[in-house]
Amino acid sequence: MFAQTFDYTAPKTLDEAVKLIGGGAKALAGGMSLIPMMKLRLAAPEHLVDLGRIKDLNYIREEGGALHLGATATHYDVESSALVRSKCPLLAETAAAIGDVQVRNMGTLGGSVAHADPSADYPAALQALEAKIVLRGANGDRTVSAADFFVDAFTTSLGEGEIVREVIVPIDSSGASYQKAPQPASGFAMVGIAARVKKAGGKVTEARIGVTGLTNSSFRATAAEKALEGTGGSPADIQKAAALVAQGADANSDIHASADYRKHLAGVYAGRALSAAIGRAS
Amino acid sequence: MATTITKTETLVGKRIRRREDPRLITGTATYVEDIQLPGMHYAAIVRSPHGAAKIRSIDTKAAAAAPGVAAVFTGKDTEKVGPVPCGASLPDLRVPHHYILAIDRVYFVGHPVAVVVATDRYLARDAADLIEIDYEVLQAVADPEKALAPGAPAVHPEWPDNTAFNYHQEGGDIDKAFAEADVVVKQRITSQRLVPNAMETRGVVAEWRGADRQLNLYTSTQIPHLVRTLVAGMLGLEENRMRVIAPEVGGGFGSKLNVYAEEALMGFVSMKIGKPVKWIESRRENFLTTIHGRGHVDYYEVAAKKDGTILGIKLKIIQDLGAYHQLLTPAIPTLSVLMMPGIYRARNIRADIVGVFTNCVPTDAYRGAGRPEATHGIERMVDILADEIGMDPVEIRRKNFVTNEEFPYPTATGLIYDSGNYAAPLDKAIGIVDYAKVRQEQAEARKQGRLLGVGLSTYGEICAMGPSPATPAGGWESATVKIEPSGKVTVMTGSCHHGQGEETTFAQIAADELGVDIDDILVVRGDTAIVQYGIGTFGSRGTAIGGTALYFALQDLKAKVKVFGAMLLESDDVSFSGGQVICNKTGKTKALAEVAGASYRAMKLPPNTEPGLLATHFWEPPNFTFPFGAHIVLTEVHKDTGNITIRRYIAVDDCGNIINPLIVDGQVHGGVAQGLGQALWEQAVYDDNGQLITGEYMDYTMPRAHMMPWIENDHTITPTNVNPLGVKGVGEAGTIGCSPAVVNSVVDALSHLGVRHIDMPLTPEKIWKLANAGGNN
Ligand SMILES: Cc1cc2nc3c(=O)[nH]c(=O)nc-3n(C[C@H](O)[C@H](O)[C@H](O)COP(=O)(O)OP(=O)(O)OC[C@H]3O[C@@H](n4cnc5c(N)ncnc54)[C@H](O)[C@@H]3O)c2cc1C
Repeated sequence: MFAQTFDYTAPKTLDEAVKLIGGGAKALAGGMSLIPMMKLRLAAPEHLVDLGRIKDLNYIREEGGALHLGATATHYDVESSALVRSKCPLLAETAAAIGDVQVRNMGTLGGSVAHADPSADYPAALQALEAKIVLRGANGDRTVSAADFFVDAFTTSLGEGEIVREVIVPIDSSGASYQKAPQPASGFAMVGIAARVKKAGGKVTEARIGVTGLTNSSFRATAAEKALEGTGGSPADIQKAAALVAQGADANSDIHASADYRKHLAGVYAGRALSAAIGRAS
Repeated sequence: MATTITKTETLVGKRIRRREDPRLITGTATYVEDIQLPGMHYAAIVRSPHGAAKIRSIDTKAAAAAPGVAAVFTGKDTEKVGPVPCGASLPDLRVPHHYILAIDRVYFVGHPVAVVVATDRYLARDAADLIEIDYEVLQAVADPEKALAPGAPAVHPEWPDNTAFNYHQEGGDIDKAFAEADVVVKQRITSQRLVPNAMETRGVVAEWRGADRQLNLYTSTQIPHLVRTLVAGMLGLEENRMRVIAPEVGGGFGSKLNVYAEEALMGFVSMKIGKPVKWIESRRENFLTTIHGRGHVDYYEVAAKKDGTILGIKLKIIQDLGAYHQLLTPAIPTLSVLMMPGIYRARNIRADIVGVFTNCVPTDAYRGAGRPEATHGIERMVDILADEIGMDPVEIRRKNFVTNEEFPYPTATGLIYDSGNYAAPLDKAIGIVDYAKVRQEQAEARKQGRLLGVGLSTYGEICAMGPSPATPAGGWESATVKIEPSGKVTVMTGSCHHGQGEETTFAQIAADELGVDIDDILVVRGDTAIVQYGIGTFGSRGTAIGGTALYFALQDLKAKVKVFGAMLLESDDVSFSGGQVICNKTGKTKALAEVAGASYRAMKLPPNTEPGLLATHFWEPPNFTFPFGAHIVLTEVHKDTGNITIRRYIAVDDCGNIINPLIVDGQVHGGVAQGLGQALWEQAVYDDNGQLITGEYMDYTMPRAHMMPWIENDHTITPTNVNPLGVKGVGEAGTIGCSPAVVNSVVDALSHLGVRHIDMPLTPEKIWKLANAGGNN
């Protein structure tokens, strides 16, 4: 419960931070994942670079028809932002499902994304939203799709020395919902399903389904999406699509849920998420 | 200048807010961690990462040379200290020598191997990481049934059968009972290992004052005096040279009814380095090294008549002991045997216990200690029997209750139930829930494919532990009451409450007896230098025994107050009430403060009377007390996920007279929370290598506020005649009554699918499988 010795810097600008990070120097955001690992001595960074003082990372704004969320926006910021609630309610709903109040007050969007816990909630929503993740490195910014960003458990396409700068999500007329089966002890997602649906003329024209918790990395359930698209979105259509969400997934298994049970839950929660999303789609 | 006390209201029976709470909820209480002493050093303990291993070598050089390190000790240094005591005795009990640091072999993950002492705790931890231990990893065994199988790895090589003891008890004629039975039901029922999870982990500060030849030991314990006797013995120190202080103790639930290696180890370290040393257990250490509770595999057989009359009960308990005996480890399952008939007229019993060593942390007393296991077993078996013969679970209970005329009732296990009215709480609970209506609801819901369950438990338990002959260390309790010269009252209790609220209830008792304001009373506990020898707080004994000792001390003191008052009033006919001595002839009065002042000033003394106002009473209880109650739980099982919703929770408890209903309700709430924890969520799971895979809150499902149902709480009152207060005890009732009611309810919800029993915890996956097996198989 006592971390090893480390240096600590709290730069005021993004450029300074980027210069410092890399090698033994690690970004510190909300500390909700990093600090427990340091206390258990599972992580021992030599140097922590606190992103908390960088104004240029802490924002939520609408720009060019999309929503831009700075990396240090806390879960609470996202959950309570009027802008997010009206323009991308799925993200606010997902943020509200994370941990408890204390964790939401400290933990950040960028930290959650960079940490890439296989049971984290945000990745499901970011997959369903086809979000873009902007990374800042020594050579400037580059943009990666959520689908390419999340690689494996605790593994992303962040390069050495890069930091997550912002997340961009679209603003559109889709209906969406995030439904989560929380692991009873930790509250993380045993499975979490984010569904986003567009409708026109009584038909589902576009369906996006992001899945977290089921496997080592979040993913989009494309077979289920396809099965729903073009249908009227009836309960039977939803059932059929939901049944495909876990198809072929190499599901995780632990003391709380075997692979089979996780897959089953994925179907149940996909059904719930899709029903709610279709109900909300105008 | 004596102020007249105008107290008229009695306080016993009132919902008075807890006087200890302001400091607890404002974070200003003093726990062991808050003790700061000049020159304080900090200890970090190196523990085994293996379930079983031989220690080939330990290299401490780098650690000893690390910055800030004052000393490093290993098992070789502490070989002569100890052993960690086992206070329980059973015939032919095998007791492994429990060194405070491992010598050449480790027996469970978390087993202490070395200690590093440094000037700061970060440095201590850094240095601890530099200790190199070469282990030869051995095969471990973590499951008690596997440990009993032929060819299992031996936890202690000297006892290859892993059996610490076999215990047998019989009452009545069990073979005849089974021969005469119309029906016999059998079931294997487990009571999983649980982590007690006191909010405050353990912690010790040891301060050796060499010049005074005095060891001060601050420790988070439920039993400071017993710790003093036993740890002094472990250290070879004279008992009167040791002072044990239990400052604020942040919960124990039995886990601090113990003597731990670290208590002696810190004493040893401080005596070696001549400096105070502090060790605060981390949460991770708490999971791994503080005792666990339960750990039963039970095999039940119940013989009955067609009409539901229970004839006999057979029980075989396989008790997972862990690698060692802690203070009471082997005694805990014997309490299950005592309680195995529950509150039913079962005249014939046979019980066998096998105590099994495993490569796990020892089990010991955890809230209920043996009684929750027994209650869970009998309450499940009664439901299984009811199901077998097609009888309503309420009716079968009524049929078998010990009746009011039968008290004092001698049980087949050798106890004498003091008093009871077992139908009363059941009737009340049934009235609250409207039993007929919920059964009808259930039938209708079933038609629509909804799974509703109705479950009850009518439990009995043993409180007020206990008469001395029945306990390992003396079962009495002590109290001293002092009326100070100013008339203020100090109560020193040998019990050592740590969250139960006795600072309030004892003050209520004293205020009523002396007729003074409650704010004039201070209740002191937990310091062996201040308080006369006492036993401590556990086994729902605080008020029933400690409170009774207080009551008798108060009677002695009141008599003396009257003697002094009579002298001052120059009367031979006085009474004492409302905080005044009153002359019955003239009506003249002397306030308590005035009497107290005179007793210490001692210008004049009544004949054969010593100055001062102080009385001490050591009270030996003639019997245990036996509270009881009925809990009813309504559940809904969600077929698609296996999740369980508690729709209603009704708890009607009878704990005898109630001193403070607010505190009693709080005890029931907390107890039910822990009962629900066992029924639905908590489990200490070891893998085959002896690794605790639910060793942190990310995997160990502690009940939290948002998971709690509303508890509809009520009482019936059947006083005991074992003590003059008529109180029985309530600390463990909620936990004991809860788990079978919950499991009975969920089994009931699934019974039409052929489900007869489910082992705890009722995790969603388990329930989902059962709820969906029927149709598919
Ligand atoms: C009790 C508890 C319950 C929780 N429950 C949930 C839950 O239900 N669902 C859920 O999704 N999460 C949950 N979490 C995790 C929480 O959401 C964390 O906030 C999140 O995982 C990490 O965010 P952080 O800002 O705290 O990052 P930190 O802990 O500070 O950092 C995490 C990692 O990300 C790196 N990092 C941080 N920011 C950046 C950046 N901008 N660029 C590059 N790297 C960066 C750090 O170097 C570190 O490696 C819980 C945590 C706790 C303690």
